Order: sequence, then structure tokens, then C-alpha cells
Amino acid sequence: MTDLRTALPPRTEVVAFLQVAGVYLAIAALLVFNLVFTPNFATVTNLRLQLVQVAPVAIVAIGMALVIASEGIDLSVGATMAITAALLPLYLGYGVWVAIVISLAAGLLVGLVNGSLIAFAGMQPIIATLGLLVAGRGLALVFAEGRLTEIFDPTLNTLGNSAVLGVPISVLLALVITVAAGVAVHRTAFGRRLLATGGNRAAATLAGLPVKRTLVTVYVLSGLLAATAGLLTTARQGASDPSFVGLLIELSAITAVVVGGTPLSGGRVRILGTLMGALLMQLITATVIQQNLPDSAARMIQASIIVAAVYLQRGRGAS
Amino acid sequence: MIEVRSVRKHFAGVRALDGVSLSLHAGEVHALVGENGAGKSTLIKIITGVYRPDGGELHYRGEPVAFARPRDAQAAGISTIYQEVNLVPLRSVAANLFLGREPVNRFGLIDYRRMHRDAHEMLTRYGIAADVRGRLGELGLGVQQMIAVARALSTEARVVIMDEPTSSLEPREVDLLLGVVAMLRERRVAVLYVTHKLDEVFRACDRVTVLRDGRVAHSGPVAGTTRLRLVATMLGRDIDEVRRHGATTFGDEQRDATGAPLLHAEGLSRRPLLDDVSVDVHAGEVVGLAGLLGSGRTETAKAVFGADPVDAGSIKVGGRRARRWSPAAAIRAGLGMVPEDRKAEGLIADLSVRDNIVLAALPRLTVAGFLSERRQAELVDTFVKRLRIKISHPGQKVRELSGGNQQKVLLARMLCLHPKVLILDEPTRGIDVGAKAEIQALIDELAGLGLGVLLISSELEEVVEGADRVLVLRDGAVVGTFRGDQVSEDRIMRTIATAAEDDDD
Repeated sequence: MTDLRTALPPRTEVVAFLQVAGVYLAIAALLVFNLVFTPNFATVTNLRLQLVQVAPVAIVAIGMALVIASEGIDLSVGATMAITAALLPLYLGYGVWVAIVISLAAGLLVGLVNGSLIAFAGMQPIIATLGLLVAGRGLALVFAEGRLTEIFDPTLNTLGNSAVLGVPISVLLALVITVAAGVAVHRTAFGRRLLATGGNRAAATLAGLPVKRTLVTVYVLSGLLAATAGLLTTARQGASDPSFVGLLIELSAITAVVVGGTPLSGGRVRILGTLMGALLMQLITATVIQQNLPDSAARMIQASIIVAAVYLQRGRGAS
Repeated sequence: MIEVRSVRKHFAGVRALDGVSLSLHAGEVHALVGENGAGKSTLIKIITGVYRPDGGELHYRGEPVAFARPRDAQAAGISTIYQEVNLVPLRSVAANLFLGREPVNRFGLIDYRRMHRDAHEMLTRYGIAADVRGRLGELGLGVQQMIAVARALSTEARVVIMDEPTSSLEPREVDLLLGVVAMLRERRVAVLYVTHKLDEVFRACDRVTVLRDGRVAHSGPVAGTTRLRLVATMLGRDIDEVRRHGATTFGDEQRDATGAPLLHAEGLSRRPLLDDVSVDVHAGEVVGLAGLLGSGRTETAKAVFGADPVDAGSIKVGGRRARRWSPAAAIRAGLGMVPEDRKAEGLIADLSVRDNIVLAALPRLTVAGFLSERRQAELVDTFVKRLRIKISHPGQKVRELSGGNQQKVLLARMLCLHPKVLILDEPTRGIDVGAKAEIQALIDELAGLGLGVLLISSELEEVVEGADRVLVLRDGAVVGTFRGDQVSEDRIMRTIATAAEDDDD
């Protein structure tokens, strides 16, 4: 018995390893499983479809990861996507770029409201953003008069459905955003302020950091990224559907962040892990569908993975 | 009662304990002293079953034992009181005292009446005045600590281990706690008393063991040693050297404060904490703030630094009055502050030593928003060397450092801003003797270089030897000022006491 115990690495080291590498291992395992058991999995069409589907979630999740690093949460991302989708057809008459800028500005505005409520009015992030989760989609439906509007615009169509060197534009954009977020977190003063604010707000304030500005910035970024995701989704569908676009995406995004190894307690963030977390959830859904299992199976598997990820993080917090 | 025999423990190749032996007898109060990192915490954790030793034996009541979990040690009669209070602030005092073993009535429901009565009895026995129905979190930290002690003692303990129990207590509460320790000795309980305060060793303990670098450097009766010898043993220094330099490492020379003050704070008021407090700090001057816990020392510091709002008062730094006052504005104006509570208000525990040091200096280390690795490395290197911060590498997590080194990291964070005036709130609390001496020497050196220092300490000795001028605070107001030769522990204590008597009229 003793030999067995000494032969295994200490439990805490296993946990630490899984926190960092768990999501990569899970993706690798799923890929291997699908390569062996799923016919037509390793085709360009299928892989591209998976990536296109995951891109909006990944973009929203990157914003969410930054918010979570600040010890906050942003529940309004789905509603922001709906607002974006609703505004697009309204302003297409002024030119496609005007419409795009306006819908992105709407995302920025939502972030500004969230950030101000949290930084200046001192509201709890979950409550402040819950308000816009409810009100935002309502507002979107008012803008769109509750209708689904089809959009025929060559620029948006290109944005949603074209590829550069075989890589869909939305996927490319998700990658660029991931890299930019990674650089921002690790190489800029903003990133350092973000982690300090999320790690210990009192200490960050006493060190003279612009804590409030940092908080507002992070919610604005999250709003902008959600608007981008709303734009891409609408462009791909060729229709503005404010009732359903981004519905429950806040939960998928939080899941991706947590599964990717970022703790909800703030002060730490894994950007690449978040991207991988989104990818993992997408792969699970795809695997379940392609194996002809009911959709409910996918949800249960995802739920177990979330619980496992949170459990692993709890392990580090306790040690 | 407990006998530790040649215990060894390694952590990731680092030797924490190397053949440590210690015996603890019934009815004996045994002091365990040593610098941070000497192995005190590791030793306690081995006794209480948190860690398992790599070698050596643990005997309890004559039998070899190996506690697998802290709960097993507790069940066997070994109670531990930790430095930080581990209770539930939102629940009542009584609920905390009986947490996990609430008395129940015949329906299996909690018998609140009995719980409150027993709790009241328990607190009275230890001389603690607190409403057992009130929320624990509303009480002072000192009273909370006493309640933690009462809780630990209410389980029939044969051995009580106290890990720096007085680090957050006021002098009056320390007296109370030491009274409890004496009571335990009478009841033939064995007490292992871990402390940084030599005072308490001589007041309350029978035997003393000094740990240094994971080995026992000295063990014997308290009566057979002196304060000086203990300090020398802890530091591994020559006793004459310690004698020559005094108990603190502050220099003797007097610095004369002339000219306009660097910091001029006037009429700071914040009901009910601060009442018309004015402080001046000149270049090269160390101004001490003395007073009991809650007298307004920390509140004054925070008001000056812009961390707390004030109802009235003005602050000038370098002759210039600031309008919108905040920590960021204070730092820009040339102030720096190292807060009292390292963990809650100072360190960003998840960040590295490097990131913690450069935090306040970020604007100066960036090129178009991007951090310059080279400038960061230079800055960190300079201050790690200058303050002799012991780290394995700059990327090490700051949470892994000892208290003294963490404090130096916070000092470095402020010093790298080249402040004109530095506010130090309890800069040597809870850190080992060696780091304490280094920080005191540093304060001296900085003042010598023309920096103004506002020094807050609950250790009178530190204020008296370190400061050129001392303001005595009580109930948020300045009740006395001493300068130069007038500064003495006796005078300060009498000022605090006299002022208190006047108040009774």
C-alpha cells in the first residue's frame, strides 16, 4: 500500500495539473473518440462547421473571461447580441458600415451602463447585469417590433459566410480576439490592473490604481465583444432574430470560462483555456448529435464537466 | 504530555524541520519562538496532524501516535487556536461557541435557551464581556479572538496550542488572554505558546524553545535566560552585537525638523472616528502616532492618504493643496502608504512578487500601454537587492513568502515611486525579528535621505526609538505631542491613561 502511495504523485499536484491541462486533455480525448467512432468526422466540411458554430460563443466567452477576472460577471451578453441583431436591419438603409458601427456602439453603451452601475453605483455585478439581461432583450424586441427580419446584404453575407484561405472570417476574428485578449492580459498595464482589481480591490485602490476605470473598461469590452458576436451570428443566418439570437449564451460563455480553468473568484484568467473551453462544449454537443444520442445527453455531459471543473478549482482554493 | 522526537520534514526539497525534539508537560506553558521560516508553523502542523513527518516520532501521553487529520488530534484532546480567527462572523456569539456541537432538546432541535445560558457562563468564566446573542462580526477583532480561545477551551483539552494568539489584541486583551493561560496551567493543561513577543514569553511561559532554520537552537527554562540572549539565539547573532545595537535597530541621532512641512494635514475630522486631527511631517523626520487600538491611528493614516473620506480638514503635500483626494491623487502628490492589514489591503496574493512590486509604478513602466519587461526587471531587481527580499525568482507567487518578506514587497511597491512622505501603518507587525530589525533600520536610513515618515505602531518601543516626534491619540483626537528627549514610553503611557481619567469626570 505504501508503495502505491509513493508511486503516485501527490494529490494536489494532480489537481494543479488538471486545472491547467484538463480542458486540452478532454478535447484530445473527444477528438480521438470521434476519429475512431464517428463516420465523416474528419472532413473539412464538418470541422469547419464546428468552428463556425463555436466562434460567437468563443468571442463572448473571451469578454466574459475578462469580466470574471475582475471578480465580476456579465449576464447581459445575450441581450446585447439581441440588441445588435435588432439594430442592424434598422440602419442598413444608411449603408452597411453605418449599421455595423451603430450596432457595435450599442454594445459599447450596454457595457458602459453595466460598468458604471458596478464601479460608481457600487452594485453587485450579478444584479447590475441581470437588469440588462431582462431589459435588453425586451428593448431589442421593441426595436424589431417583435419580428424576425431577413437581411440581404452582400457585405454582411461575406462577413458571415466567406472564408480567407479556407478559414471562415468569424473563426479568424475569434482567433484574432483571443490573441489580442491574451496580449492585453499578459503584456499591458491594463491587464495588470485588471488582475490586481479582481484579486484584491482594496489593495488595488490603495496602490493608486484607477480601479473604477478598469471596471468600466472591462464591461465595455465585454459589451463590444457580445455585439461582435451578435453581428456575426446575424450575418451568418442572413436574418435578424432578436427573440432567439444569443439566448442563454451567457451560460455557455461562463461555462467555457470555468471549464477553461479560470476561477470565478477573480484575479486569475486563462484566455486560451477559455477558447478551448468553448471548443470542448461544442465538441461534446457535436459528438452527441453525431452519435444519434438525445440532446439531453449532451446537457448532462456538459453539466458533469462543469461540476468537475469547479471542483478542481475548489481544490486549489482550499490548499 | 507530548513528546516530539527528532522530527524531520521536507517540502519540495526544502528542509523545514531537521531533527527537532520538544517535550511538553502537563501544567507547563512552553513558549515556541523563532523567526518566520524557522519551522514553528510546520512543527505545530505536525503535532496537530495537518502534516505527516518524513522522519522521527510523535508521542502523546506516552504512546507513539500519528494523527491522520486535525480532527483526530482534536478528538484526542489537542486544541489549537490559530492566529487568524476561524469563526462565522454573521452568526451569533453563542452559535459560534457551539458551532458543530449545539445542544439539542428532545425533539432534536437546537435548544437556544440552554445554548445562550451556557455561552454566557463560558464567557463570564474567561472575563469576556459580550452579548452572546449579538453577531460575532460586530465585535472587535480582539474580542473575537478571545471567543475563539473560549471555544477551543470548551472542548475538554489536555493540550492547547496557541499560534500567535495576541497578534491582533490590545494590551488589555492580552492581559485577559494571559490570565486564561495561567488558568490553564493551574488546571494541568499543557500549553504550547507560539509568539513573536518576548514580553509574553517572560510574563507567561515556563520553558522556551527557540527554533532557527528548522533546528532547535535553544531549549530551557525561561528563568534561566534573558531577553537579549533569546534575541541573539533567534537571530543566530553574537550577544554583544545585539547589546551594542539595542533591541531595535533605530539609530540614536536626532534629526531636526526645520522649514516648511512636506505633509501638512489640518483639522481632519470624520465622525465618530476622527476629531480635528492635525499632523505635520517634515523632510527627514519620523513622526510617530501612538495610542491604543481604535484610538484613530489607522483612521488618521487612511484619511491623510485619501483612502477614507473625511467630513472636514485639509491636506497639503509639498505646500500644494489637493482638491480631489484619493489614494491615486495622494500617490501622484508624493505620498506612499503601507497599510496595516497586509493580506486584506496590501498584497495581491495571486500575482507574483514582480507584479506586486511594480503595481503602483505601472504608468512609468509602459510604452504605449505595453509593459516593458526590461524596465520591470530592473526595478524589481533593484528593490529585491536593496531591501534584501528573499525570493526564489521574481515570478514567485507573493503568497508563498514569509510575512517579513511580504512586508518588504509592499515597502518596495511604495519606495519605487520615490515618495516624499511614507505612511507606515504597523510596518513590523507579525513579522520575524530579523525582518523587523531590517525594516526599522530602513526607516532610519530613508529619513536620513530626507524622506518624511509617518510611523504607526502599537509597540511603544518602536515608536519611542524610531520617531523624532510622537503624537498621542485617543478617541480620534490628539491628546499629547512629544519631541526629542521628551519622548519616552512612560510619558506616552501616562498621557493615554491621564486623558482616559479626565474623560470620566
